[in-house]
Amino acid sequence: MSDDPYLKILNGLIAIVLGVGGTAALFWVLNFLSGLLPGKWERRVKPYVFIGPAIVVVAVFLVYPALMTVIYSFADDNSINWVGFDNYTALFRDDEFIGTLVNNLLWILIVPAASVIVGLLVAVLADQLKAFPERVAKSVIFMPMAISFVGASTIWGFVYATRFAQGDKQIGLLSAISTSLGFEPVAWLRISDYNLNDLLLIVIMIWLQAGFAMVLLSSAIKGVPEDTVEAARIDGASEIQIFFKVVVPQIWPTVIVVFVTILILVMKVFDIVYVMTGGRSGTSVLANTFVLELFEFGDAGRAAAVVVVLMIAVIPVMVYQMRQFKKQEAR
Amino acid sequence: MRSFTLGSVAVRVGIFLLCVLWFIPTLGLLISSFRDEADVKSSGWWTVITDPFSQWTFDSYRQVLESGMANAFVNSIVVSVPATVLPIMIAAFAAYAFTFMRFPGRNVLFMLIVGLLVVPLQVAFVPLLNLFGSYDLNGTFLAVWLAHTAFGMPLAVFILRSYMATLPQEIIESAEIDGASHFQTFWRLIVPMSVPALAAFAIFQFLWVWNDLLVALIFLGAGDNEVVTITLRDLIGDRGQEWHLLTAGAFITMTVPLLVFFSLQRYFVRGLTAGSVKG
Repeated sequence: MSDDPYLKILNGLIAIVLGVGGTAALFWVLNFLSGLLPGKWERRVKPYVFIGPAIVVVAVFLVYPALMTVIYSFADDNSINWVGFDNYTALFRDDEFIGTLVNNLLWILIVPAASVIVGLLVAVLADQLKAFPERVAKSVIFMPMAISFVGASTIWGFVYATRFAQGDKQIGLLSAISTSLGFEPVAWLRISDYNLNDLLLIVIMIWLQAGFAMVLLSSAIKGVPEDTVEAARIDGASEIQIFFKVVVPQIWPTVIVVFVTILILVMKVFDIVYVMTGGRSGTSVLANTFVLELFEFGDAGRAAAVVVVLMIAVIPVMVYQMRQFKKQEAR
Repeated sequence: MRSFTLGSVAVRVGIFLLCVLWFIPTLGLLISSFRDEADVKSSGWWTVITDPFSQWTFDSYRQVLESGMANAFVNSIVVSVPATVLPIMIAAFAAYAFTFMRFPGRNVLFMLIVGLLVVPLQVAFVPLLNLFGSYDLNGTFLAVWLAHTAFGMPLAVFILRSYMATLPQEIIESAEIDGASHFQTFWRLIVPMSVPALAAFAIFQFLWVWNDLLVALIFLGAGDNEVVTITLRDLIGDRGQEWHLLTAGAFITMTVPLLVFFSLQRYFVRGLTAGSVKG
């Protein structure tokens, strides 16, 4: 242990006491001051006392920086001189960046759909089991949700590990299987043909997210009224027909929610790519390119432009979310 | 739905295979973390099946803890706890106002919060680095606490408001008639009644901060203050072939989330489902 750990823990405790106590005191003082105002004004001011701190935090650390990022994206690498659209034209003339966009698209097309399908499969199958095995099965599928992206990358890095030296036994599961089938050992994450390396990274994300889809879809399936299924059965529908014509339409809203949630997550995928390949061998995604531009190439303008592209890509989803929220409130 | 049956043997085989498929990667890591360094590097972890009583050891754990992981573990706790506690109180006040008070701008401000839920965090990084830089805050715990407090705020307000909206409106009205101020109603009635939502958000935020790499990488970086995700990342990068250290290191970083997962699974699920839209 390098530094004094007790000092750090003390620091943390002070932060909690000061932060919580200070915030509580701030609210108390503001509330007290607003109480001194004449009745009508007190009622007018008080709501802003309650939401004020939250709005200030969000404005200073989120909204203001976001607007500044848009401005930086039109400036040079040190955010000093204006360069117009240079950062953007440079990005879109760069084949590697186009490849990055294609990768993001690949992630978006595969991960949400695959996670929903696996989640639905597990939810339906587990529903047939008795209570205890059902719980065990669901826990196994759901457990990866607790694991960080870096942890998951370690787990799968071990699966994909390959040894090349003559006489070395394979310690990674995938290479062990492929070499025992007579293939030469290969470095899996460097194979960019048919985007194989991207797909191997995508598998990790599906492994992580299927459990989330399963939990939500499972509770939706359990909410499907028994009599709708019974009625279809009496009408002579097969089990497959019942599933697709009776169950699926009723759980469709949940399917959409799960899909959109995973979609938002995947658009911003970073950790897995950064840790596993650092974006090499044509595996980069937008969030990874952002970090590379910022830290490896020290180009704040280019980095800002990358993030603005990501932001623009997210806007349709954001509008959709806001509309959904309004619809819900109207009900 | 229980009467909806497929071939029951096929179901059992199918679900069993899926579970095995899902569990094997983690199992491989777990087994390897307790194997001897030489064994990890010379044979696959599955060979223990035929030789289950070969030498098991805690050596890898001891080594990785001594090489910085213990320090990082303390740092992760110091980062995560305040970064969880701070946003909750600020958000609870705001959620109360959004739910129970009428004021001009309420809907616009709340739509702003809903919109911010999906904004990629990266969009704030470069200007925040400059802002923190001008106060010499980069690399300090204060910088990550502030960043996580802000980044968690839209979600916290959203979850807490959604929950408070389900509380019976009459309670607040009768409190008002009894002459209770908003401040009193908030502390004495709404906060105690909102404990499930507060707990769900707290768990979600704690795990999110604990598992976070990106924010820690940008505002804390490597060094004396680095958190477990950074330490693990460096193990992978610098010593990609030291699998005995990597496997043990990965499990040390996973202990806290897995503990939360197995002990508070119900709240955990609630927090995840409520909070999974976070950027």
